Amino acid sequence: MFYQHAENIADSVKTALKPAGEQDTGWILHHILDSKQLNFEPFGTINLPTIHLFGYDISITKHVVFMWLAAVILLTVLTIVSRSYKKSLVPKGVSNFMEILIVFVRDEIARPTIGKGFEKFVPYLLTTFFFILTCNFIGLFPYTATSTSNISVTATLAIISFGVIQGGGMRKNGVFGYFKGLLPHGVPAWLLPIMFVVEILGLFTKPFALAIRLFANMTAGHIVILALLGLIFILRTYFVAPVSVSFALFIYLLEVLVAVIQAYIFTMLSSLFIGMAVHQEH
Amino acid sequence: MLAMLNIAMMFFSEGGEAKGGLLDVNPGLIFWTFVTFVLLLFILKKLAWKPILTALSERENLIKDSLDKAEKARIDFEKLTEENKVRMAKAEEEAQKIISQGREYAEKIKAQMMEESSSQAKKLIADAQAAIERKHQDDFNRLKAEIAEIAVNSAEKIIRENLDKEKQLKIVDKYIQDITKN
Repeated sequence: MFYQHAENIADSVKTALKPAGEQDTGWILHHILDSKQLNFEPFGTINLPTIHLFGYDISITKHVVFMWLAAVILLTVLTIVSRSYKKSLVPKGVSNFMEILIVFVRDEIARPTIGKGFEKFVPYLLTTFFFILTCNFIGLFPYTATSTSNISVTATLAIISFGVIQGGGMRKNGVFGYFKGLLPHGVPAWLLPIMFVVEILGLFTKPFALAIRLFANMTAGHIVILALLGLIFILRTYFVAPVSVSFALFIYLLEVLVAVIQAYIFTMLSSLFIGMAVHQEH
Repeated sequence: MLAMLNIAMMFFSEGGEAKGGLLDVNPGLIFWTFVTFVLLLFILKKLAWKPILTALSERENLIKDSLDKAEKARIDFEKLTEENKVRMAKAEEEAQKIISQGREYAEKIKAQMMEESSSQAKKLIADAQAAIERKHQDDFNRLKAEIAEIAVNSAEKIIRENLDKEKQLKIVDKYIQDITKN
């Protein structure tokens, strides 16, 4: 269904674009979509290796590279921070800044939403928060890409979050107890099968929403900036440039805000769902 | 620009591969994300989160302990001050008592000494008076005896002379003069 529609749209767009020649919007998606090369125009491009495993294409793509960059940055910074605590318990400089974020995740996200036994989930939540935050911020630098604006990445993060939520719930309440706890109390017996299905569906919609939210938020800003800058070329006039650039700058600043907020929201909601799964009586 | 067009066409052509549409799911990317995230989680857990979180809780405990200790020290100090005050008051009282006792004792000793000395003085005076009296008596007695002797001697002489009244008177006068000469 979807593909048929897409085909139709694609056909009409193609026919519409043919006379227009170069006036297409493909370049916007070129900036946003994953690709197999790192583009450093005008300095050149780096082609990334293609790897196939069991019939699947597991090439190192642009988003993988910047994801790894985020991982390397995190490892470096956090190793420095953790080393600084061995010297003295009083943080300084980078450690001080990181400590604010770490304490924020621990005391403002994990503790109030999970409650008793929150310590076990703090490492996961911290990793999620810092990983998403770093990926989001990396995307704001020139020549980089936002890994979190790829649905595959956010979906995987959401799947891991789903695993942690269900795992935490089952570990605390037992597998059977966990599924029993999903059903609200005082529901008529004949409604139970329907409620069960609804609740099970609810389990899956939560991470789905997580994935879509992060992906859409991180993609939208980039598309808007590119579209605004594209106006200059589409309208073929320099007079629109100040407007475009100032609007793009505004959206860029908004994206800085969104980068922080989305990392916070993803972590916060994961933590909330973990709390709901662990303490089902609420 | 032609390349861009190609990419655009790829986006709109169905059954996209790695460079598919915006909502295309790429198994390779899922694999790498999973691997990266899980590895990052475990490495960071070992390398960063555990030491940082333990250091944080350690520091929090340290701060809490220090505050508790300070509070305890303050309370102890207050108690000690109170105790000291009480002790000082007691000491003061005791000192006052000792001083008053000493004063009393001194007063007593003084009174005693005064009494003793006065009685001694009285005794001395009495002794002296007695001695004076005795001497007086002695002198008087000696005088009396002498007078008597003189009287007797003069009487004897008078009798011996046996003279007339005029002569007698002369003799008496003479003797009286003698006496005075003596």
